[in-house]
Amino acid sequence: MKFHPDREWPGLIALAVLYIFLALAVPRFFAAENLRDLALSNVSVLLVAMGMTLVIVVAQIDISVGSLFAVVSIVCGLAAKAGIPMLPLAAVAIVAGAALGAVNGGLVSYVKAPSIVATLATMVAWREALRWSTGGAWVEGLPAGFQWFGLGQLGGEIAIVGSTLILFAALWWASRNVAALRAVYATGSDSEAARLAGIAVTKVVFWVFVLTGALTGLAALVNAVRFSDVPANSGNNLELKAIAAVVVGGTPITGGRGSLPGTLIGVALLGSIGPALTFLGINPYWEKAIQGAIILVTVLLDAMSARRTKALASR
Amino acid sequence: MLGARGIEKSFGGVRALRGVSLALAAGEVHALVGENGAGKSTLIKIFTGAVAPDAGEIRLRGELLEQNSPAKARSLGIAAIYQQPALFPDLTVAENIALGKETGSLWSKVDWRARRTHAAALLERIGANIRPGALAGELSMPQQQLVEIAKALDANASVLILDEPTASLGDRDTENLFRIILELRGKGVAIVYISHRFEELGRIADCVTVLRDGQSVETRAMAGTTKQDLIRLMVGRELDTVFPPGETSPGNIALEVRDLSCRPLGVQSVSLSVRRGEIVGLAGLVGSGRTQFAEALFGLAAMDGGEVSLYGKKVHIRSAADAVRLGIAYVPEDRRRHGVILGMPVAANTTLASLGSISKSGFLRFAEEQKAALGFVSRLGVKTPSTETLAGNLSGGNQQKVALARWLMTDPKILILDEPTQGIDVGAKSEIYRLIRQLAASGLAILMISSDTEEILGMSDRVAVMAKGRIAGVLDGASATPYNVLELALGHQVTVQ
Repeated sequence: MKFHPDREWPGLIALAVLYIFLALAVPRFFAAENLRDLALSNVSVLLVAMGMTLVIVVAQIDISVGSLFAVVSIVCGLAAKAGIPMLPLAAVAIVAGAALGAVNGGLVSYVKAPSIVATLATMVAWREALRWSTGGAWVEGLPAGFQWFGLGQLGGEIAIVGSTLILFAALWWASRNVAALRAVYATGSDSEAARLAGIAVTKVVFWVFVLTGALTGLAALVNAVRFSDVPANSGNNLELKAIAAVVVGGTPITGGRGSLPGTLIGVALLGSIGPALTFLGINPYWEKAIQGAIILVTVLLDAMSARRTKALASR
Repeated sequence: MLGARGIEKSFGGVRALRGVSLALAAGEVHALVGENGAGKSTLIKIFTGAVAPDAGEIRLRGELLEQNSPAKARSLGIAAIYQQPALFPDLTVAENIALGKETGSLWSKVDWRARRTHAAALLERIGANIRPGALAGELSMPQQQLVEIAKALDANASVLILDEPTASLGDRDTENLFRIILELRGKGVAIVYISHRFEELGRIADCVTVLRDGQSVETRAMAGTTKQDLIRLMVGRELDTVFPPGETSPGNIALEVRDLSCRPLGVQSVSLSVRRGEIVGLAGLVGSGRTQFAEALFGLAAMDGGEVSLYGKKVHIRSAADAVRLGIAYVPEDRRRHGVILGMPVAANTTLASLGSISKSGFLRFAEEQKAALGFVSRLGVKTPSTETLAGNLSGGNQQKVALARWLMTDPKILILDEPTQGIDVGAKSEIYRLIRQLAASGLAILMISSDTEEILGMSDRVAVMAKGRIAGVLDGASATPYNVLELALGHQVTVQ
C-alpha cells in the first residue's frame, strides 16, 4: 500500500552500491547510449512485473506470463503483416493479453485450481500450441509502419519508455488511492477476513489476473516493435525475471504487502547486472549467478526481518 | 492414578482455569461436565501435555509430572480421544494406528504385514468393520472416531480421556464404545469422560466433577445424582452486575427470519425476529448452528429455504455485498481471528467494509478515511498509538473494537455479533457491553451470539436457544434463567409460562 522503507531498502541499497561502484569503475556505463539500451531492454520486464506485483500481493502466482507474451507477440506480428493499423493493433494486443489472463483468473477464482498449477498448465499449453501452429517459424518481414510504431527509432523509443513510465506511475498511484486495489491488499493479507468484510474475493483475484494479462500483452507489443521479426520463442524465462524483480523489490511471496516502487528497483537492479558485467569485462556467464545471489540475499533479509517482527510482537 | 491440584492457566488476560483439582482413581470412569468455556478442554490439554499450566501440580501414580509434553504424556500412558477425529487422511488406517509407535531403528524396513494384522486385531476387538488398508480420509466420521479409539487402545493407556466421543457416533457404535470403556475400566484403566449427554453419564460414569468458570465446583458419586442436580451445579451462580442496565423500549420488528434453512451447514428452518432497539441473544452449544445461521443471514452461505424481511420488506440476500447494502452487519467470531486483517492498519481496517463511502468514483479520500477512523477510535475508545498502527499489534479487546468500528461505519440497521467478548479480558468486556447497549439505544437491532450464559442473560432482552441447527426455544422475562437456557441447549424440553 505504502512505500515501506524497511522492505524496499535492501534492493535500493544494493542498487545504489552497484551504481556508485560503476560510476567509479566504468563511468561509461552511464553514457546516454547505454542507459537508453538499458531502459529499452527492461520496459517489457517492468510491465509484466507490475502485474506480477499485484498477483503476488493477492497471494497468488502467475508463471504463464512468458508463454502469454509469446502468443501475443506472434499475434501482433501476424496482425501487422495483415496490414492492421497501429492503434487497433495495440488494442488487439492488450485485449488478447487480457483474454488469456482471464483464462488464468477463471481457473484460479472459479475452478479453484491452485494458481501455480493453473498457470503451469496454461504456460505449457500456450507455448506448445504456438509451437504447433507456427512450426517454430518466426514472423518475418514486418511492415515499416509497425517498427517503432511508425514514429522512427527515436520517437518510438520515447513512446515506449514514456508510456511505460506513465503507466507505472498511474498504477503506483492507483495502488494507494483506488478502493479496488485496497481490496487486493486485503484479500492477499487474509482472504477469509476479507470475505467476511464483504469483499468479493473471487472477483478480486480474477481481475488481478486479467490486468496482468493485459499488461503482458502490452509488454509483448512494445517489445515486438523494436525488431524486424518476431521469434517464436520470445518471452522465455520472462516469468522468472518478473517474479525475481518483485521479490527483490521487497514484496513477500506470501502476499498482502508489497509496493510497485520496490518492483521498479528490482527490475533496475537485476536488469543492470548483465550490462555491468560487460562493461567491467567480466565473463557474462556470471550474470545468472549474481542475480541468483541477489534473490537469495533478499529472501534471507526478509526471513530475518520476519523473525524480528515476530520477536517484537511476542514480547 | 492421576491427580491434579490447584491447576491455573491464563491465555492472554483470560483466566481459563483458576484452581482446578481432580482425583482420578484406577478402574474408575470419571465424568467431567461444565458449560462451554468452563475449562474442560484446557484441563484435558494440560493432562495430554498440549498446554503447560501456570500453577498447580499434576501427579501420575503419586509422582510429580513435570515438563509435560504430548510425547511424554503418551509415553506415560495418557491417551485422549477428541470430539473431532484427527487422523491423517492420506494414510491408511493401519499406518495411522502405527504412527509414532515405530519400533526398531529409523532405517529398518517397515513390516507392513505385521502392521496390518495388528490393526485388524485392534479393530476387531472394538467391533469395528473397517479395512486396515483403507485410507483414513475415505472413512465416515464415526468410522474415523472408531480408528481413534483403536489407536488409544493400542497405546495401552493407563489414563484414557474421552472428549465427547459419541458426538459423531450412531447407537450401535456408541454401545460398542461403552462396552470397551467398561472392559478397560475392569482392567484398571482410569477414564475421564466428557459429555453433554447426561443419560450416557448415568450409564457409565462412577463419579462426576463439575467445572464452572475454570474452577472445580464439586465432585460426587454419579449414583443418586440427577440431571437437574448437574445443571444446577453447572450454572449455579449469581449474575454479576457488570452488565449496564438496558432501557428496553423495543420498537418495530426490524429483522424477521422465517424458516431459514441452509442444510449443507446444518441450519434447519430457523425463525427469529429482532425489534428495533432490541438485543436478542442467540445461545446454544458450540456446533448448534448459531454461526452458520448468521453466515447464511449475512449472505456468506447460500440459504436453501425460508425468507428474510427487514422492516416488513421481503429481501433477497445472495452475497455479503447484498447484506451490507441492506444494512446488515456481521462481526465474526474473534476466535477465528478473521474479524480484522492483522497486517493492515487500524484506519484501513475500519473503512474496509465501506470503501465506497470514503471514495469518490473509486478513488480513496484519505482525509475522509482519517476522519472516520479517528472518530471511531475516540468513540469506541480504541487504545492505539495511531490510526496507522497495524491491527495485529493491538490487544484482543481493541482488535474487537476495530472490527466493531468497521461495521458501525457501514451504518447498519441490523448488527449481528458473534461471540463479541470471547478471549477478551474483563475490563475490555464491560466496555464492549456498554457499547452494545449504546448501539441498541440508538436504534440498532442486535443479534448477539454467545456461549457465555451469563453474558447472554445479562445483555439480552430475549434469548433464542439453538440446538442441532434449530431454534429450541425463545426465553424472556422470568423464563430467561441459566437453567432454562442450558436445558434447551442440551435439547431438553422446557415448559415456558
